[in-house]
Amino acid sequence: MRNAWIIATREYRQYFLSPVAYIVAFLILLFAGVLFVLDMYIVQQQTLAAYYAVTPPGVADIVIFPTAFLLLFAAPALTMRLLSEEHRAGTLELLLTSPLKDWELIFGKWLGSFLYLLTVYAVTLILPIVLNNFVSPGIDLGVMAAGYLGLILLTAAYLAIGTAISSFFNNQFASFFATLVVLLVLWWVISWPAGILPYNAAEFLRSLDTSTHIDSMMGGVITLDGLVYYLSLTSLGLFLGTIAIEIRRWR
Amino acid sequence: MIRATGLTKDYGSRRAIENLSFEANQGEIVGFLGPNGAGKTTTMRILTGYMPPTYGTAQVAGFDVIEESMEVRRRVGYLPETAPLYNDMTVYGYLKFMADLRHLPNAEDMADEALDMVGMSERADGYIANLSKGMRQRIGLAQALLHKPEVLILDEPTIGLDPAQVVEVRKIIREIGIQRTVLLSTHVLSEAQQLCDRVLIINRGRIVAEDSPSNLQARLVGAERATLRVKGDADGLLRSITKIKGIQTAVVRPDGVIEFQFAPGMDLRPEVARTAVKAGFDLLELGAVGMSLEEIFLELTRDSKVGK
Repeated sequence: MRNAWIIATREYRQYFLSPVAYIVAFLILLFAGVLFVLDMYIVQQQTLAAYYAVTPPGVADIVIFPTAFLLLFAAPALTMRLLSEEHRAGTLELLLTSPLKDWELIFGKWLGSFLYLLTVYAVTLILPIVLNNFVSPGIDLGVMAAGYLGLILLTAAYLAIGTAISSFFNNQFASFFATLVVLLVLWWVISWPAGILPYNAAEFLRSLDTSTHIDSMMGGVITLDGLVYYLSLTSLGLFLGTIAIEIRRWR
Repeated sequence: MIRATGLTKDYGSRRAIENLSFEANQGEIVGFLGPNGAGKTTTMRILTGYMPPTYGTAQVAGFDVIEESMEVRRRVGYLPETAPLYNDMTVYGYLKFMADLRHLPNAEDMADEALDMVGMSERADGYIANLSKGMRQRIGLAQALLHKPEVLILDEPTIGLDPAQVVEVRKIIREIGIQRTVLLSTHVLSEAQQLCDRVLIINRGRIVAEDSPSNLQARLVGAERATLRVKGDADGLLRSITKIKGIQTAVVRPDGVIEFQFAPGMDLRPEVARTAVKAGFDLLELGAVGMSLEEIFLELTRDSKVGK
């Protein structure tokens, strides 16, 4: 566990030297900021404080949803080099001959990217704080917390998938596109057949859809199957990443 | 201590190394010598726990490389062929990171000490990306020395260095080799000759010869050779030298030097010198030419039947 932490802290620091990571942070904050300003503008125009007392502009619309959408591209961009680049530079050989277990390497890599995005999310918290002062009687903190929880869980799952794919590919662009495809399938494509399938099968597909669970959490509803789903996806990603490293050793 | 028994590694259907067995003891520098693709790197990767062998076993520092991989990795310092470094880290940051991964209690001191050992202390705060090839190689070596490992495995440690750095790195390796076990690979034969107590010549995944550099030379050369330089035309002397009992061949080389061969053990040089003086020639130089390790190496790797 200590090893994983050492890997994670190095990775976390590397993000602050990486242009890709800055672009990701910039886009997330830009989208949230622009949507926030637009929201505030509409509030002013309508000057209907009473209206907003009924349905205050949600944190979900300003921060959670746009970020969840951007994450489809941001997660592959942040994870693509995690292991692919170590392989290209030959440093993987160094890590794999250090007293470091394969799972610690994968977990540490994932944790570094996860902590980086958590840092970016922490910056977005400014927006709800400002919003809270503008609307009366303030925003619903419970809904906001549920939304952020959903976003964090979604992030964990996406980054784990990206980490796993990065450990399969030696080329970071291959990692990027493979991860993007997998995330798009899970976010979007997977529930396409739901309309033509019998109820049970359709429900099953919808529950595999990453957007289903974040939708309910953005509405303030934390469901057990949502928690289980995201955490399982995270564990699966980390497990497959570890397997990929073992496969590398054997071939 | 390194002990390999019957190591075999297949990459798909290609057999990289076959049935390699050898030992390297404490206080010994063992050289792996062979052409590119002979299996040197593969063997080193198995010994460092990077990958398991297909068949066979190996013990490094008293631990099994497959069953007790972590114990082995803790005790081995490894410099891979390309000296893999993180370009976006500082020299010191990199060594500190590697020291942390090895849970060294005083990571800072160990990093300082390793840098000092390879003579790179003044570049500690520079970024690795700005270092020359030779400096990178030395940082790679510092990384391998960081935890004062019992066993040091170096894949082509002097490749890409300028002559002064080569001398420097060899000196470091020799110092380490006094107390620890060093296994290094090289295809520079003079390096093996200068550095190693024992040489393993490996070709197409098999060990074709194993001995000390000087013994290899003695064992594989069927005859001793010497040269003679005289003032004036050497051709006139050639006939009298050929007549000396025990001389196998004698020729005048294009540069005017007479080269002659005789059976090992019976040094005929005094005899030849007397003959030359008696014939009225002024003797300028008399020297011995051993078969160089280069020649032995080419001999062995051209035809891998030798020594099998």
